[in-house]
Amino acid sequence: MKPTLLSPDGLSGLIFLALVAVTVAGALVAVAAQRLVRGIAGLSLCFIGVAGLYYFLNSPFVAMMELLIYVGAVCVAIAFAIMLAEPRSEDKVGKTSGLGAVFGVIVGGLAFLGLALAGRHTHWAGAPSKLNSGSITEVGKALLTSYSLVFELISVVLLVAIIGALVLAQSGRDK
Amino acid sequence: MTMNIELIRLLAFLVGIIAFAALNAAYLVWVERKGAAHFQRRIGPKEVGPYGLLQPLADGVKLMTKQLLVPDGVDPLLFKVAPILLLVPAVMSFVTIPFGEHLAARNVDLGLLMIFAFASINVLGLLIGAWGSANKYAIIAAARVISQNIAYEIPMLLTAIALVMATGSMNLNEIVAQQGGGLWHWNLIRLTYAASPLTPIAFLIFFTTMLAETNRAPFDMAEAESELVAGAFTEYAGMGFGVFFMGEYANIVVGASLVTVLFLGGWQSPLPFLPGSVVWFLAKMYAIIFTVVWIRWTYPRTQFYALLNLSWKVLIPISLVNLVLTAGWLKVF
Repeated sequence: MKPTLLSPDGLSGLIFLALVAVTVAGALVAVAAQRLVRGIAGLSLCFIGVAGLYYFLNSPFVAMMELLIYVGAVCVAIAFAIMLAEPRSEDKVGKTSGLGAVFGVIVGGLAFLGLALAGRHTHWAGAPSKLNSGSITEVGKALLTSYSLVFELISVVLLVAIIGALVLAQSGRDK
Repeated sequence: MTMNIELIRLLAFLVGIIAFAALNAAYLVWVERKGAAHFQRRIGPKEVGPYGLLQPLADGVKLMTKQLLVPDGVDPLLFKVAPILLLVPAVMSFVTIPFGEHLAARNVDLGLLMIFAFASINVLGLLIGAWGSANKYAIIAAARVISQNIAYEIPMLLTAIALVMATGSMNLNEIVAQQGGGLWHWNLIRLTYAASPLTPIAFLIFFTTMLAETNRAPFDMAEAESELVAGAFTEYAGMGFGVFFMGEYANIVVGASLVTVLFLGGWQSPLPFLPGSVVWFLAKMYAIIFTVVWIRWTYPRTQFYALLNLSWKVLIPISLVNLVLTAGWLKVF
């Protein structure tokens, strides 16, 4: 039977579509904006949409972390970096050349294709083996036991970032 | 049918929350003005109504009848969206705050995380408003707000993590329930056996960072009126400014509620034989808000570099040590 619009299935489909629309719209604003501040606003809208998708998929913890880290920290840090680097922030970003746009579309398309293929060909774990009670205890246990390698690798990435920032700051101070 | 009742309950709570936020914003302005006046040995508003109690209504009518001016050169969309962006996270945070034992719109398991997640958005409201209004003072204010927010969010989250380790839950209702049975069970002192003795330090750090995150004096760098005209709000007129103000006060109410829930036992009564109720919650919350007002009119604004140094060189190390010691204490006992 086809679900009607006002049945629970229909409504949840509608919510899903709305969240996808918010995400895509935010991403489009982020790449197409002429002003940097609009770009950041679009990026945060995109992240809010992604957080909504996580919440829709029944993992509230990831959704909240998405808001806290990506909207609250990454977007704000990007804004901070732009303010430090670019004093005349109200200036518009220059237009990209036609060749660059074509190149960008090709690279973006390839990335999309690769991710879509990977998504189609992965054997996804079934529902019972998912870590989806959403409780932080479960997530924490999983991170420190079965996925501890991933966890450690992420901390190595952060360490590299910190060392890089220190190196950059040091060379700036000597000048 | 049950779903409908749940929906109606949520709608009623939503309307109630928005009314609560608006009423608080209006009357906290009155508290602020009266308080400021008495701290400075003046009388404060007294013409409109008894003790000037109708002054907020008069202010509201004034703001609403003013023209919503959108100056040339601003980003019109972002300029209009920004005040709402400051207000919405505060309203969302109220959803999970337990005002009484059964008086919470939604009992969210990750309530504390949810409040922090939404609280981290409201700096974007200030940023977009300031940047969108293309005004030099506003942009300086935005730069300050961002560096202040980044600096103070870290110690706030670190102390919150230490507290979550001690309570073992992020559910605000459960955190309050654990603090039942009198004053000495509150997280502020916690004289129970398995509790960390470090919570008073956590309370001080949390309160300080709360002041900074809500941009209150002595940390009100966003709106340093003696240096930056009105900071991020410089270009706003009429109700645009009004909504910004409502957002600021709503955030203060959220911050004070959070302090109440986390450290002062929420709706629990201070003595074991008195029943807990929403009255205690409101009393504690308003006591915190009054302290916030009191601090504003007692201390002068700090310097910007002193503000950042306080966070990076004092609060973050202390909260890190607090985190490690709390972990050790919980492991040993």
